[in-house]
Amino acid sequence: MSRRHLPVAVTTAVFLAGFLFCSLQFENFASTRVVMNLLTDNAFLGILAVGMTFVIISGGIDLSVGSVIGFTTIFLALAIGSWGMPPLIAFVLVLAICAAFGATMGALIHHLEMPPFIVTLAGMFLARGAAFLMSTESIPIDAELYSQIASFSVRLPGGGRLRIIAMIMLATFLVGGLLLHFTRFGTNVYALGGSRSATTLMGVRTGPTTIAVYMLSSLLAGLSGIVFSFYTGAGYSLAAVGVELDTIAAVVIGGTLLTGGAGTIFGTFVGLLIMGLIQTYITFDGTLSSWWAKIATGMLLFAFIAFQQMMSGLSGRLPGRLVARTPK
Amino acid sequence: MDTPRADAPPLLDIRGLTKSFAAQRALDGVDLTLRAGEIHALLGENGAGKSTLIKAATGIIARDAGTIRLDGREIDPKSGAEAVATGIATVYQEVNLLPNLSVAENLYLGRQPTRFGLVRSAEMRRNARALLAGFGLDIDVAAPLADYSVAIQHICAIARSVDLSARVLILDEPTASLDVHEVEILFRVMRELKSRGIGIVFVTHFLDQVYAICDRITVLRNGRLVGERPVAGLPKLELVRMMLGRELAEVETRRPERDAVAADTSMPLARFDAFGRSRYVEPFELVLRRGTVVGLAGLLGSGRTETARLVFGAEAADCGTATVDGTTVRIGSPRDAVRHGFGFCPEERKTEGIVAELTVRENIVLALQARRGWTRPLPRREQDEITARFIRLLDIRPADPDRPIGLLSGATSRRCCLPAGWRPIRAC
Repeated sequence: MSRRHLPVAVTTAVFLAGFLFCSLQFENFASTRVVMNLLTDNAFLGILAVGMTFVIISGGIDLSVGSVIGFTTIFLALAIGSWGMPPLIAFVLVLAICAAFGATMGALIHHLEMPPFIVTLAGMFLARGAAFLMSTESIPIDAELYSQIASFSVRLPGGGRLRIIAMIMLATFLVGGLLLHFTRFGTNVYALGGSRSATTLMGVRTGPTTIAVYMLSSLLAGLSGIVFSFYTGAGYSLAAVGVELDTIAAVVIGGTLLTGGAGTIFGTFVGLLIMGLIQTYITFDGTLSSWWAKIATGMLLFAFIAFQQMMSGLSGRLPGRLVARTPK
Repeated sequence: MDTPRADAPPLLDIRGLTKSFAAQRALDGVDLTLRAGEIHALLGENGAGKSTLIKAATGIIARDAGTIRLDGREIDPKSGAEAVATGIATVYQEVNLLPNLSVAENLYLGRQPTRFGLVRSAEMRRNARALLAGFGLDIDVAAPLADYSVAIQHICAIARSVDLSARVLILDEPTASLDVHEVEILFRVMRELKSRGIGIVFVTHFLDQVYAICDRITVLRNGRLVGERPVAGLPKLELVRMMLGRELAEVETRRPERDAVAADTSMPLARFDAFGRSRYVEPFELVLRRGTVVGLAGLLGSGRTETARLVFGAEAADCGTATVDGTTVRIGSPRDAVRHGFGFCPEERKTEGIVAELTVRENIVLALQARRGWTRPLPRREQDEITARFIRLLDIRPADPDRPIGLLSGATSRRCCLPAGWRPIRAC
């Protein structure tokens, strides 16, 4: 196995060890039911994480995704409930708005050479503000499609149910993986994260790539918002506050370098599973405060970042590699 | 191998190229003519304007005046990408490829073979192997580029450029970080390209290499064209005179001092005994005497940079002793080294040696100020004096202390990192 794949391998090992630990501790843990619930409960987070993986590999960050979920859910609640729009039309419309929003942020980042942190921070306030402007109340969504989606599931042996929103998430990971690992666009994203100036000098137009990356992230945040509205059956402008940070955590635990240029979609999936596992453990235990999940996630993040740092430190120092060391 | 005929129409014809930074003329009406199948050396001292010429000709920076013709047709590239599209490719000393991508991805970035929008990796790797084989290279193209030496990275960059149907290849000091063997590999590649009718502009500081491979030279000095000559029959002294703008004899009169220094057996300024760090550099001996220059020679990867970093404390040694002025000292960090009067001009100037956003003056006094501590700011008048002294002493051009250092040429800004922590300035 090459050095490149080591972070993902470690993440996967941590997940398997954690799952084994939980299974030994709780009788009913190792079942399709638990696994499927884990997927369902983290579906919206997973969809966000796919977009965030692209953004972070490209060397950027997107802080607006949580707010975009809030905006999307309240928009859907109003569009379907108050304006009488068919749900599917409302979905298309909200996804278009989100994509335009992300493309604008990407364009600002590229053309004004502004730090992604600042631009998407502004986007975060803007999207949340727009959500509040539409309504500050939690509005239940009452549409036939919603109850159909909620009731539909594929029954698996062992009592687990694969629900629609979990399927949407898995499909997102699949398409995201294809896009990142098997297309020119995906390679350009890695290139951008490796060195922006070298990418430009190699004749790749960084503008469209940057814009597409943020557009994709916001589009997936919109999709995640739709899924979130399926999950909660309501629209609320305070939905998914702070979720952008959970998303970043899942991506980084999944082995993606915060500095850009390296990472995988599969790693992000495992990172998501680890975070879901912690949550599930606490639910099973029953006596622990749910805030322990945050503490455990924090400690894991520390451990993974320390591990990555160690890896990059080692790669420059092993005697066999001195010859190959290159100026960045 | 064909030698280019003098009456062949020029492949690349640059006329009257002019470029100013702020009020400073970096290039003043410079001409350059390159023929097909020719290796043309672009020579000049540091700061003469070679890099500016290359950047202005390839659209990386906008030129103020001048025309560029490729095959007699006027072109006006607005970016490096556009220059590549018209057939002019540049390979820089600091290889501008992506270390985090594989060799094959680097060769085909932006033009990978695809089917239904998906990259055909196997075909891409096969093409990459075939392409590199044409340059006498047989390596694992699926491995990250960072795993390979700078020489191989250079050849990858050249292979990419040539494969992009480059007709003009500009090599900006490609040999500066290569060892003798690697230079020979590069030359073989250059001769091969020359025989394919590609015109090569070759920037170098090594005159031996000019005579070894080049057909003609163009010499710049202080942003002006000094002249263009065929290499064959050009005496070395004449070439040096063109570059320096003064007689070589003048330079050589300073020689005898060196022998006096060599005979000096007094106490060394600093010495390092069995100094080393495991898994980094094997223990070494190094003796530095007053008024001497010690050269560290060796092949790429032999540990030159590592030795220098160890001496300066950028990496902490884990064995051996360091002695400064006869007393044993501990050099565990650059801060320790500066306190003992060491200065460091790093290899990676851009990232380690200067703060690009600060001015020449601020960079020069930075280390000195750091040593005094932030509670005792250096008076502005003193800062100006010190800066003026170093600008004169190190011949920093343009001599403007308030210019952001990132705007200076590579070599000039390198000089500005010299004063950091210099012992003599303590006396100021």
